[in-house]
Amino acid sequence: MSPTGSSMAEEMIVDIRKSFGSRFVLDVQFTLALSPPTVLILFGPSGSGKTSILRCLAGLDWPDFGLIKVGEDVWFDSNTARRLGPQRRELGYMFQDYALFPTHSVAGNIGFGLRSLPSAERHTRVNAAIALLQLHGLEDVKPSRLSGGQQQRVALARAIVRRPRLLLLDEPLSALDLPTRTQLRGELRGLLRHLAIPSIAVTHDWEEALALGDRMAVIKDGRVLQTGTPQEIFNLPKNLDVAKIVGMETVIPGRIAGTDEGLAIVEAGGAKVIALTPEAPGSDEVFVCIRAEDVVLEPIGSGTTSARNRLVGTILGVTSTGALVRVDVDCGFPLSALVTRAAVEDLHLAVGTRIVAAIKAGAVHIVPHPTGTRSTPPASIM
Amino acid sequence: MNWTAIALTFKLAGFTALILLLIGLPLAYWLSFSRWRWKFLVESVVALPLVLPPTVLGFYILVAIGPHSPLGRLYTDVVGHPLPFTFEGLLVASILYSLPFAVQPFVTAFDQIDRRLIEASWTLGVSRLMTFVTLIIPLSIAGLVTGVVLSFAHTLGEFGVVLMVGGNIEGETRTVSIDIYDEVQALNYAAAGKTALFLLVISYAVLLTIYAINRRVWGPIHWQEPAARVRTPASR
Repeated sequence: MSPTGSSMAEEMIVDIRKSFGSRFVLDVQFTLALSPPTVLILFGPSGSGKTSILRCLAGLDWPDFGLIKVGEDVWFDSNTARRLGPQRRELGYMFQDYALFPTHSVAGNIGFGLRSLPSAERHTRVNAAIALLQLHGLEDVKPSRLSGGQQQRVALARAIVRRPRLLLLDEPLSALDLPTRTQLRGELRGLLRHLAIPSIAVTHDWEEALALGDRMAVIKDGRVLQTGTPQEIFNLPKNLDVAKIVGMETVIPGRIAGTDEGLAIVEAGGAKVIALTPEAPGSDEVFVCIRAEDVVLEPIGSGTTSARNRLVGTILGVTSTGALVRVDVDCGFPLSALVTRAAVEDLHLAVGTRIVAAIKAGAVHIVPHPTGTRSTPPASIM
Repeated sequence: MNWTAIALTFKLAGFTALILLLIGLPLAYWLSFSRWRWKFLVESVVALPLVLPPTVLGFYILVAIGPHSPLGRLYTDVVGHPLPFTFEGLLVASILYSLPFAVQPFVTAFDQIDRRLIEASWTLGVSRLMTFVTLIIPLSIAGLVTGVVLSFAHTLGEFGVVLMVGGNIEGETRTVSIDIYDEVQALNYAAAGKTALFLLVISYAVLLTIYAINRRVWGPIHWQEPAARVRTPASR
């Protein structure tokens, strides 16, 4: 066996087509590296077909045509009429509202798929999952008595306890309130790193995409518009559609250098940016995210304003996008600003012009970097 | 009171409810989960005994199992005697007559199950049969109890079908309702009254049980988790 032959097998190939009546057609192609295990984000607005893709991957729906191949194993192939049922795909699926069994306790839910194992092995596995997800003391509680965050952990424990080959997460955090979501986002990121299971997560939340994803595919109307790393896609959307969907023009890696009175000083590129301290402190390695419409451009030497960040830079490009103009500035890192045509003329904005980019601290969003090191899961028994 | 008739009636109702549970579960599963577009044809056949006069149903059953039908001849060849006017014949008729009383509560219970729970079980590697046993039955247990109890109670009180198919043979096909009719015909009002009151009390008690279960008077029916129950340090 040649080395290229074996490395070829270490990926998941998805190429499926499915019509839903005459209105909606799903037609998606993407690949997912299995080794090293990768987290792929399917990103898109609701109704774009993300969950339908996940259901086809799980074997809960059949595509009309196409191929789903994981390593050497064919899960679905319309040419050979091969259809592997969901039971035989060895996957973990976390449903959007968790779909916990109301008749079973927390331990019963987690151990539900382990009946074929000897009972000692089953106990060990269930207890390890309970420890990993910090569910001690809740073993005999029914799901209806758990909080949203606890239900999310039980659903995750149930999905990973069988050590699946592929983990599918449908909007894993959307059913939670905002503070819980921020906290569990960090935990989920640490857990996915730790478990090292190839995963596909569906979301329409850009913070989730940045925090969890190694790769990202932007989905709209049942099609893949762009694939790449999340950072690539946010900074360089292929077209206006992608730019509108992701809604965040500047995403750059940075490092928290210090915090002071609720403000964080972040080193990004050659510049220092002041932002609000992130709610869930995780690693110091972060993404700095700035929306282009939050950036104000001023001529050099104008008076002080309330904006905490005043970055001097050089204009790299001026691109018209309909009513507004996108101005790309190099201010130690590439930064995009959206301004009106009138502003371009008044300020004589052109390539090479020196300019000040002003951004309020509150408009600089900090998202923990997925490869950050400080956020490790509490236990390592799995 | 005619204790022979009472014992026979309970035996008939018990067997009917038991067999309807065995036939009704797969039938109801199919009716609830199948996406076949013509499934309403089967649904309406199942519901037919609700609207047909018992004499009409009894007449067709009598013809179908009688010695002149292929089915009746086959039975006579195998068993040695014809099916009508025997306890077995009466049982067949009762099962058909009470079919909707078991199947419809089953279907209603299955219809109310969130399909994602079943899909979650499949993605956990649990087969369709094991999902049915370990998840669908516990989730629909109240509906299953209702169906069994209703078909039992309905069989207790049947009259027309019994008369048509079973006749009136002491110890073989004479049920409580036929016995009451006989006593009234013989102007034995005291005996008829006693038996009638007995049937009334039993039927009322059975219905009380069902409605109490559905109103969760004793709390929701709990299902043991024999296989899934995992002993943990906290529960020991």
